[in-house]
Amino acid sequence: MLDAGQQGYTTADGRRIGGVVMEMRNITLRFGGVVAIKDISFDIREGEIRAIIGPNGAGKSSMLNVISGFYHPQEGEMIYRGARRPPMKPYQVARQGIARTFQNIALFEGMTVLDNVMTGRLNHMKASILDQAFWWGRAQREEVENRKRAEEVIDFLEIQHIRKTPVGRLPYGLKKRVELARALVSEPKILLLDEPMAGMNVEEKEDMSRFILDVNDEFGTTIVLIEHDMGVVMDLSDRVVVMDYGKKIGDGTPAEVRANQEVIDAYLGVSHD
Amino acid sequence: MFYREAGDFKTSYADDSQTFPIAFDRYRYYAVLAVALGIIPFVITDYWASAILIPFLIYAIAAIGLNILTGYCGQVSLGTGGFMAVGAYTSYKLMTAFPGMDMVTVTLLSGAMTAMVGVMFGLPSLRIKGFYLAVATLAAQFFLVWLFNKVPWFYNYSASGQITAPERLLFGHAVTGPNAEAWVKYLFCLAFVFVLAWVARNLTRGAMGRQWMAIRDMDIAAEIIGVNPLRAKLSAFAVSSFYVGVAGALLFTVYLGAVEVGEAYGIQKSFLVLFMIIIGGLGSLFGSFAGAAFMVLLPVALKVLLVDTMGWDTALATHFQFVIVGGLIMFFLIVEPHGLARLWSLAKEKLRLWPFPH
Ligand SMILES: Nc1ncnc2c1ncn2[C@@H]1O[C@H](COP(=O)(O)OP(=O)(O)O)[C@@H](O)[C@H]1O
Ligand SMILES: [Mg+2]
Repeated sequence: MLDAGQQGYTTADGRRIGGVVMEMRNITLRFGGVVAIKDISFDIREGEIRAIIGPNGAGKSSMLNVISGFYHPQEGEMIYRGARRPPMKPYQVARQGIARTFQNIALFEGMTVLDNVMTGRLNHMKASILDQAFWWGRAQREEVENRKRAEEVIDFLEIQHIRKTPVGRLPYGLKKRVELARALVSEPKILLLDEPMAGMNVEEKEDMSRFILDVNDEFGTTIVLIEHDMGVVMDLSDRVVVMDYGKKIGDGTPAEVRANQEVIDAYLGVSHD
Repeated sequence: MFYREAGDFKTSYADDSQTFPIAFDRYRYYAVLAVALGIIPFVITDYWASAILIPFLIYAIAAIGLNILTGYCGQVSLGTGGFMAVGAYTSYKLMTAFPGMDMVTVTLLSGAMTAMVGVMFGLPSLRIKGFYLAVATLAAQFFLVWLFNKVPWFYNYSASGQITAPERLLFGHAVTGPNAEAWVKYLFCLAFVFVLAWVARNLTRGAMGRQWMAIRDMDIAAEIIGVNPLRAKLSAFAVSSFYVGVAGALLFTVYLGAVEVGEAYGIQKSFLVLFMIIIGGLGSLFGSFAGAAFMVLLPVALKVLLVDTMGWDTALATHFQFVIVGGLIMFFLIVEPHGLARLWSLAKEKLRLWPFPH
């Protein structure tokens, strides 16, 4: 069903999936004696929702940390938009159009929702420190332009009512949404979401699923998603990578993965919360 | 009844990010400005100038500076005294080497020099945090004071080891030296406070300030959205040290006139400014002013109250002051890290709803 060609394909629900935008080749990551990722290869196509699943400690978060430049794998290489990516710092990765959220929310607790989201626009603000010091043309103009974009995302994620609230005071579910807003507002090419629905109740999960689909649909953002909840993964994702003890044990559409015996044994067979 | 945001709608994002979003605050700000410019210069006495107003203005600049570094960017510094000394000695060397240079330029260049030194001593912040950084800046404090004591070039080989500010005129009036009048010194410092506070406000409400606060709140998340930690931290050190250097220069040239480095810019100064921002409020420009006012007024108030009125012993009153400051520091650190500024905004919040709290 999935052709390997660079021209991509169209999904059953009519979304256009493009060619490979990022490719992980034989990635191995060790922490001392612990091998968190063992020789894993997979690719990410433009416009798709790509899930990574696996039991706790399988190495899923480590994989996102490799992509976003926090961890540097001992072996393997990453191809981003056709070129081999040299080792990079996280802020350089961000400037290449890769945004993410964290498994344990990483917001700026002392700042308001609006300021958190505005911080996500940093890569679009170029005014020099001198312009900013005197609030000259460019600084002021950029502030207003980017504020517009920030407000659009705030509206989109339905968090208008809390825009001036310090993030530290928000409940967990809203914080997750603010974190998504901050990542989304940077207009990323690829959005990495580390368990965006962990710890949420059913209703919050449904909201979050809807937002993820909407983001993908409206902005065409490529999404890499780590998720525990099998039901959610099956509903949301186009293709799934299954990890276990640092190894890749499955890769394909949700249906293919679900039928894979190794996956059933390692993951689906055991119960997960 | 009049302190309201209702009916005070913002129709543009530019309006919404202005300095005083509530009209009433804006009017109060204009009122303060009118008093500061229209009344005080005409009634100021030497006592008021030297006991309260000028130290308040100068320490307000230093407190804004430290607040940018510590309150906004989360980098603790105990080197404020040493950096103020850099400002003071730069202004001294400039004034003696270039007698024709005007005092505005001298003061700004002193700030610029301190900014460079600050960036140098800020480099360790890329590797170390919190307590360890505090110790590193403490080392800077002692090193700088030692340097200005040890190298005679800095004090032009004067026998006493002191530096003394020669007289300089601005628009025909002496701003430094023994003949400078109170109102001239006051207006000179006020002008710096006005411009520097406005610049600090601009920096902290825009992209730069958000980068600083992002680093303060969670450096990992800051990096992931594209904040270069090196640039953010070093720019905070630079801007902060610029302010601290200007304050140090003014303290020497305009206020003290003659300075012995260990005495005027010792570790006590670092703590004094740190206490100002803790009591006034970390991460608040208003708090910097409040803290500076409090720490300048407290000894004066205690002297008037305890020594002059109640006949206490001066030493006893001084000890009492330590007790008060110590108690307040503990209170604010534990109960209200955002200091007087936060208490003030809580009061305003109440007032905003008064008299119908629901
Ligand atoms: N910074 C680190 N230092 C040492 N070990 C780590 C580090 N990060 C992850 N690990 C180890 O790597 C393995 C995979 O962890 P992780 O990627 O967090 O798994 P997952 O997200 O799939 O639950 C675990 O054994 C974990 O202990
Ligand atoms: Mg994880």
